[in-house]
Amino acid sequence: MIRRSFIGLTTAMFMGLGLATPASAEDRFIIVQSTTSTQNSGLFDHILPMFTEKSGIEVRVVAVGTGQAIKNASNGDGDVLFVHAKPSEEKFVAAGDGVARFDVMYNDFVIVAPESDPAGVAGITDVTAALTRIAEAQAPFASRGDDSGTNKAELRLWAQTDVEPAAASGGWYRETGSGMGATLNAAVGMGAYTMSDRATWISFANKGNFKIVVEGDPRLFNQYGIILVNPEKHPNVKADLGQQFVDWVISQDGQAAIASYRVDGQQLFFPNASN
Amino acid sequence: MDSFGSILAEAFGLILALDPDLVEIVGLSLKVTLSAVAISCLIGLPLGAAVGAFRFPGRIVLTVLLNAMMGLPPVVVGLTVYLMLSASGPFGALALLYTPTAMIIAQTILVTPIAAALTRQVVEDLNREYAEQFASLGVGPLGRISALLRDARFSLLTVALAGFGRAVAEVGAVMIVGGNINHVTRVMTTTIALETSKGNLQLALALGVVLLILSLIINAAVMAVRGTAQRAAYV
Repeated sequence: MIRRSFIGLTTAMFMGLGLATPASAEDRFIIVQSTTSTQNSGLFDHILPMFTEKSGIEVRVVAVGTGQAIKNASNGDGDVLFVHAKPSEEKFVAAGDGVARFDVMYNDFVIVAPESDPAGVAGITDVTAALTRIAEAQAPFASRGDDSGTNKAELRLWAQTDVEPAAASGGWYRETGSGMGATLNAAVGMGAYTMSDRATWISFANKGNFKIVVEGDPRLFNQYGIILVNPEKHPNVKADLGQQFVDWVISQDGQAAIASYRVDGQQLFFPNASN
Repeated sequence: MDSFGSILAEAFGLILALDPDLVEIVGLSLKVTLSAVAISCLIGLPLGAAVGAFRFPGRIVLTVLLNAMMGLPPVVVGLTVYLMLSASGPFGALALLYTPTAMIIAQTILVTPIAAALTRQVVEDLNREYAEQFASLGVGPLGRISALLRDARFSLLTVALAGFGRAVAEVGAVMIVGGNINHVTRVMTTTIALETSKGNLQLALALGVVLLILSLIINAAVMAVRGTAQRAAYV
């Protein structure tokens, strides 16, 4: 009797579960390896339904740092790569992992800081001068430290200064090793300067008393690109469906969809595909 | 920062509104976690019972190994499963990466050592009482294991709950192998991580409260089943 009820309970547990399978069995979906800024800013929630409605293709986004997205895609774990680190993207194509790279859109990076601006960089338009002043003041600076597109861009800027931030790692230079949102949370918590893409910053909800202090330097330009993962190297890639997505993103429709995305009335991404 | 009261209010608001997205996420969380716990128990209970009930060479080593594996870091398990299931990995052809099945596999690896190690302890203690009786009745190995597991069933429910606790709160492994894809592999913990990274701290905490309430309900339900069964057993 008791045994039966115990067995009954176990069986009921199993029956209720069934075997988990992907939500849709049909193959009309692609996986896009992308970056946190495009997801966290809400851009994908805005444009993907338009594409899906037109094409019938479901787009599944894996949003990680650009470094990890490229690594995943070069393992063949994705059909399309949509990130923002042009040199790395070109390397990806050159290595045969991608078919071709297309410019999609841009925005820019900004440096944000607590209201008190302890290093006094507000209003400086030369970003390397601002970074140098932050380093001289030894004001805390939160770096992504995760090999993401933003992290690579930040390190390129430091390389143009006389400062060696790695030497101060653990001191005023703090590598969070996490995504943009987590790094912004950390920066707000520590009162540290940090560099963010503008889209993530505008849509970020935990700004505290932080504000943008440095912006507008042409070196803060942030270009996004899209690449179909090479089906010749990775035979599992859904080349046809993936190509349809790439074509749509750089088409007039896709570009208009990107331009129409706004948060608090501000346009977050500026389409600049060449066709 | 918002007060704890407003976080609780938001949590109950979320539950009462029965937002379809939240229901979907909670459902997937339960499906993944309960599947992993069920499979882990299927493997871990007999395995733990065998290690607890029998003497064989290497038993101590196996015991230490099982105990140590209770501390497997989820991110490491996630990465290992990712490498296995990746298109360029040995099981890439199965196309399981970024599916709930991949998440179940990762969590099963995390929970099975817990099920086995705790079962071993429970069964070993019980076996000490029963050993003489087994010997005098001439009970075979399979008979022993099934008798021990049966008589330890109430303690083993707690073992299953420990496994459930590990799985339902885990984020590192399911994030890597599931990819946190909206409507496909997004569960409670990965949603909390996502909302945190968007700076929606209040929503993230409210979701945490929802997860906690879910865990409370399941634990209460198991305790109720256990109480009823126990009363029936001793009447």
